[in-house]
Amino acid sequence: MANPASRTLRHIGHTVIDGVWRLGYAARFFVFVLLRSAVSFRRIALTIREIYFAGVLSLIIILVSGLFVGMVLGLQGFDTLQRYGSAEAVGTLVALSLVRELGPVVAALLFASRAGSAMTAEIGLMKATEQITALEMMAVDPIARIVGPRFWAGVVSMPLLAALFSGMGILGGYLITVVLLGVDAGAFWSQMQASVDLREDVLNGVIKSIVFGVAVTAIALFEGYDAPPTAEGVSGATTRTVVTSSLAVLALDFVLTAFMFRGV
Amino acid sequence: MTSDNLVELEDVEFHYDVQPVLKGINMHFARGKIVSIMGLSGCGKTTTLRLIGGQLKPARGQVRVAGQPVHELDQAQLYGLRRRMGMLFQFGALFTDLSVFDNVAFQLREHTKLSEPMIKDLVLMKLNAVGLRGASRLTPAELSGGMARRVALARAIALDPMLIMYDEPFAGLDPISLGIIGNLIRRLNDALGATSVVVTHDVQESLKIVDYVYFMSEGVVVAEGTPAAILESQEAYVRQFVHGQVDGPVPFRYPGAPYRHDLGLEAALG
Repeated sequence: MANPASRTLRHIGHTVIDGVWRLGYAARFFVFVLLRSAVSFRRIALTIREIYFAGVLSLIIILVSGLFVGMVLGLQGFDTLQRYGSAEAVGTLVALSLVRELGPVVAALLFASRAGSAMTAEIGLMKATEQITALEMMAVDPIARIVGPRFWAGVVSMPLLAALFSGMGILGGYLITVVLLGVDAGAFWSQMQASVDLREDVLNGVIKSIVFGVAVTAIALFEGYDAPPTAEGVSGATTRTVVTSSLAVLALDFVLTAFMFRGV
Repeated sequence: MTSDNLVELEDVEFHYDVQPVLKGINMHFARGKIVSIMGLSGCGKTTTLRLIGGQLKPARGQVRVAGQPVHELDQAQLYGLRRRMGMLFQFGALFTDLSVFDNVAFQLREHTKLSEPMIKDLVLMKLNAVGLRGASRLTPAELSGGMARRVALARAIALDPMLIMYDEPFAGLDPISLGIIGNLIRRLNDALGATSVVVTHDVQESLKIVDYVYFMSEGVVVAEGTPAAILESQEAYVRQFVHGQVDGPVPFRYPGAPYRHDLGLEAALG
C-alpha cells in the first residue's frame, strides 16, 4: 500500500502525463482536420449548412447582446467624458472599445456558449449513438465529412458575428447617447470616423475574431470527438468546451493585444 | 485462404491494455452462409466483429476478408474493402439529422455518381425490401425500435455488400419485430448472395435462421456447429446457454467472501 505522499505524487504525475498526452492528441486532431479540409470546400453545401447552424442561429443572441453592451458603454462613457467636457467623444470610445476588444471577445464568448457547446454535444451524441462508427464502417471519413465543415463554418461565422456585434453595439451607444442623452449626432459620428483607423483598429479586430473562431471551434469539435460515449461523458465535454474556450479566448486576447499594441 | 471462405480468423489474439479479450480464436465464414457468434456479454463477440470490420487490429494472428489481411490495410485500402461490407448496429445508428430516405441514400450519394432519379429508385427498392417504402419521409425520431432497425438494414445493403455484419440485431425488439428482422436477415442474405455474420445472444431466434454457430466464452471458441448440432450438444456451457439454465459453468453467484463472514456470524459464533 503506497503512503499518502507517494499517492499524491503519483496522482500529480498521472494528471500531468494525461494532460500532455491529451494536448498532443488534440494537436494531431487539429492537423487531421486541416489536412482533410478539401471536402469542406469541394462540397460547399455541407459547410454552408453548418454556417447556418453555427452562425445564423447565433444571430439573435449576438445582436441583442451587442445592443445592450453598446448601450452600457454609451451610458458609462457619457458619464465619465462629460466630467471633462468631451461628451461628444463618446462615439469614439464606444466604437474603439467594441471594434478592438469587446466585439471580438464577447462575441467569441457568446459563440462558445451557444454554437461551441452545441457542436460538442452533437458530435458527442453522434459518437455515443455509434453514428461516427457507422460513418467509418461506410467508408466515409468522419473528420472530413462531419468535423471539417463545422470547423470552417465556425472560422467563417466568427468574424461576421463579431462585426455584427460591434455594429449593434455602436447603434446601442448612438441610441443612448444621441437619442436619449442629447449628444450631437454630427459630433458622435465625425469623431468616431476621425479616430477609428481601418487597419490599426478594424483589421486587428477582425484578425482577433478569426483567431478566436479557430480556437473556439477547434476546442468544441475536439471535445465532442474525444467525449466518452456516455451521457455523463457528453455533459462533461460540453462543460469543458465552454470553460476551455472562454479561457483560451481571454488568454489569446491578451497575447494578440500585446502584439498589436502600438506603444506610446 | 480457400475460395469457400469469405472471412477467416486464424489464431487471433486481442487485448485491451493488459486485459486479454480474445485468446487465439479460429473462425471461418463460408461464402453465402449466415454464421452466428454467440456468447455472454463481454465474451469477445463484438470485438471479433470489430476485428473483421477493421475497427481494431489483432495483437497476434490473421484476419482476412475476401483474401485481404484487414489489419494490414492502409486507410484507403480499408475504406475500399468497407464499401463492400454492410453493418447493422445494435440500435441502428441512423443519422438523426437525415430522413429515412436520406439515410438509405447516404452511401449511394457518397460513393457513387448515380443521378438523383436513379438513387431514388434504388432507395425505394431497398426500403421496399424491408417493408418501409411508405416511411421514406419520416425522421429516425418518428420510428419505433423495430422500424429503425429495418431502416438501418436497408442502409446496410444499399451498396449490395458481399459481407453483412449484424451487432445484436435482436436486442430490445418485440416478438413481431424480432421475427421480421430474423426473416429479413435470411431473405436478404440469400437474395444478395452475401455472407452474414450475426453477433447475438438471442438463441431461439438466431438458431432458426443461421447456418453455423460459434459459441464463445472468455475469449475462446468453446463450441461450434450447425443449429441442429448445437441444440443436441452435451457441452455444459452450450446447454446452460441454449436452455437458459440458472446455474452451471456460468455460476449464478458472483464470487465473494462466505455469506457467514459478510453477515459477521463467524466472529459472533467464535
